[in-house]
Amino acid sequence: MVPLSWYLIFAAALFSIGLFGVLSRRNAVAILLGIELMLNSVNINLAAFWRYGDVLQMTGQVFAIIVFAVAAAEVSVGLALVISVYRRRNTVVADDINMMKW
Amino acid sequence: MTTQTLMWLIPLPPILAFALIVLFTNRSKGLSHTVGVGAAFLSFLGSMIVFVRALGVEHLGEHPFESSVPWLPLGESVDTYFRIGVLVDPTTAAVLFFVAITIFMIFLYSVGYQNFGQPKGDHDHKGLPPHGGTVEEHGHKHVVPSVEPMYSRFFAFLGLFAFGMYVLVLSDNLLTFFVGWEIMGLCSYLLIGFWYAKPSARDAAVKAFMTTRIGDVFMLLGIAYLYYATGTLTFRGIFTEEVLHTLASVPSEFLGFSAAGLIGLLLFIGTVGKSAQFPLHVWLPDAMEGPTPVSAMIHAATMVSAGVYAVVRMFPLISLDPQTMTVVAFIGAFTAIFAATIAVAQNDIKRVLAYSTISQLGFMIAALGTGAYVAAVFHLITHAFFKALLFLGSGSVIHGMEHGVLHTGNHNVDPQDMFNMGGLRNKMPITFWTFLIGGFALSGFPLVTAGFWSKDEILAEAFGHGHWAVFLTLAVAAFLTAFYTMRQITLTFLGEPRTEEAEHAQETPWTMTAPLVILAFFAVTYGWVGIPEHFPVLGGLVTNWLHEFVGGTLAEHPEAVEFSIIPLLTSFVVALGGLYAGWVVYRNVNSPAEDRFQVPLLKNKYYFDEFYDRAFVKPAYWFAENVVYRFLDQGVIDGVLHIFGPVTDRIGTIIRNYFDLPIINRFFGDGSAEVTQRAGSRLRVVQTGRIQQYLMLALVAFIAIGAALYFFLLA
Repeated sequence: MVPLSWYLIFAAALFSIGLFGVLSRRNAVAILLGIELMLNSVNINLAAFWRYGDVLQMTGQVFAIIVFAVAAAEVSVGLALVISVYRRRNTVVADDINMMKW
Repeated sequence: MTTQTLMWLIPLPPILAFALIVLFTNRSKGLSHTVGVGAAFLSFLGSMIVFVRALGVEHLGEHPFESSVPWLPLGESVDTYFRIGVLVDPTTAAVLFFVAITIFMIFLYSVGYQNFGQPKGDHDHKGLPPHGGTVEEHGHKHVVPSVEPMYSRFFAFLGLFAFGMYVLVLSDNLLTFFVGWEIMGLCSYLLIGFWYAKPSARDAAVKAFMTTRIGDVFMLLGIAYLYYATGTLTFRGIFTEEVLHTLASVPSEFLGFSAAGLIGLLLFIGTVGKSAQFPLHVWLPDAMEGPTPVSAMIHAATMVSAGVYAVVRMFPLISLDPQTMTVVAFIGAFTAIFAATIAVAQNDIKRVLAYSTISQLGFMIAALGTGAYVAAVFHLITHAFFKALLFLGSGSVIHGMEHGVLHTGNHNVDPQDMFNMGGLRNKMPITFWTFLIGGFALSGFPLVTAGFWSKDEILAEAFGHGHWAVFLTLAVAAFLTAFYTMRQITLTFLGEPRTEEAEHAQETPWTMTAPLVILAFFAVTYGWVGIPEHFPVLGGLVTNWLHEFVGGTLAEHPEAVEFSIIPLLTSFVVALGGLYAGWVVYRNVNSPAEDRFQVPLLKNKYYFDEFYDRAFVKPAYWFAENVVYRFLDQGVIDGVLHIFGPVTDRIGTIIRNYFDLPIINRFFGDGSAEVTQRAGSRLRVVQTGRIQQYLMLALVAFIAIGAALYFFLLA
């Protein structure tokens, strides 16, 4: 069996990639993608801890499903905002969307 | 390699090809089709090996090849798992045989159909069919067909589609069966809408997806009910005598159906959607918007066959309830004649075939409804061969006509309209002869073609079991089938060319004609494996292998029906009569105006599209506009908000006048405001408004605090 730490390292790596994406990308869609990666790395952790902990307790899986639902809701709202912004301002670069700034 | 391992491996090459093409090779057209066709060939090879090994096993029905792995823990205890796996019983083997051949042929054909090796188009866009490119040869320019701009993507989609079909065919349980089913649903959407810049293709894709979705939802309900009632979804688990008996005896709460009847009905609605049976048939003719290999894929080898295959698979369950069987038989027979009448009045070469497909699927469904299991499987297989042949043949015709259109440069001529053709037999001989074989097989030309044997068996079974209404309906439908097939052949290939474009039509490359020839071979010979034992003269010359083999799938081996001369004569009369009538009526018809069968009612498909538009689409728009938007959103929600507004405003005014102005302004007033403003103007530099900078700061702070904690507390 694959040791637990491998999953955790993999999840941490995925999280870092996502974080890097969120911090470094200028494209709002790409930032959303980064956020999705970070959320899903958490899911891997949840599933891994569930599998290596008490298997009959379904909490890990349930949490993972909740995270999925939240992620889906978040990304649909986010993408809707991006589309709406794109229609109005013809850009999805986060830095260019600065109308509310002083 | 053991057969079981091989069965697991069969679906893999196409999905790998899909991934490879999408991720790596999509820039290179040649590499992409090599990967795609190669994968299809590997699956084809694996399927053939499994098929041959299945032939060598006695009593395969009782001891099928199967293998499964634990998949989902069910949470009841550590050891109970939902298992998924692969299963090859005689029916699966027979289906696998034709699926593998047709899929491989379609891959090969696509190479030629999408104009590989031709120059790039002069003004081709992604999402539109290629318009042709100019080449210079011997000093003068002429226009030739140009290569499809999204060539690689097409093969990726085909690969995914093939994967879905193999998963569906090989599944040993309804869940993965449904997964394959849905993968194909997605792929049909993608492939029908392949030329997505064409509004008609886009609409057709959405229509196909939405219509099949209706069926799929019911099917999923059926699967859920089945799982709730039995606790298992594996076919072998459901089809035990005990489980079937329980299902048949437990009543459901619905219209006096037994649980088995209701589940069967729900699953059958899925089939109605997928196999385009009445009343969910409307999507299939519109699916002709896709490239022609897609039509063949959807119509013959995969999607619509999958619908019938689902009923075939679930036959032991569906056949438990006579009420459900009546519904199945009725829908099938009605669809058979209903679609056949529409096909008579269509002018688009592919649309005729589309309605013919709906009609032929109706034959199979009706056969299943009358209990003729083997006959249905037989017709499913022969139909797959000759209909794939006809679709690929029609694609070849269209391709040849497009050549003519490019030659004359007159783009107003529709290369799919049969009234623009005529006389193509001399221009495209291979296409003509193979199309003729396919057409005769579809019509059931006696004794020679495969279509005759399978259709005759369906009629004989319906007659033998006393289903008079079904027998008569199917006989009339068979007559119409022969009639419109001959109409199509006459208009397309016989007579003289009616347009200059047809004069300049040209035979297509070998990648397109080779699949035609191979499929034509099977369209003739496959009938010989299922000749009834009691047939005069011919019966018994070749053993009725199909009946023995496929019939072995069922727990009770089905009895071969008594031979009777009436259905046989009927088959002869309707096939030959229909063909002759089609030739006599259409040999001198040169324009739609001379065609007496262009009745508006038939031409407009009994106004079903218009009816659905009025009955479902328009009301949905009306509901969204008036109820959801105007009433709920603007009326109720905004209305409530509009009550809050004035009330809050009043409260706000009171607070402002008696609290805010005197106390806040007087006591804390401008002094503190100025202080805050000054502080604010200094601090606002920090507030860049860029979330990414904030996050970066948060990350730095987090690392710093973490490092400090680690350093001071742990070290």
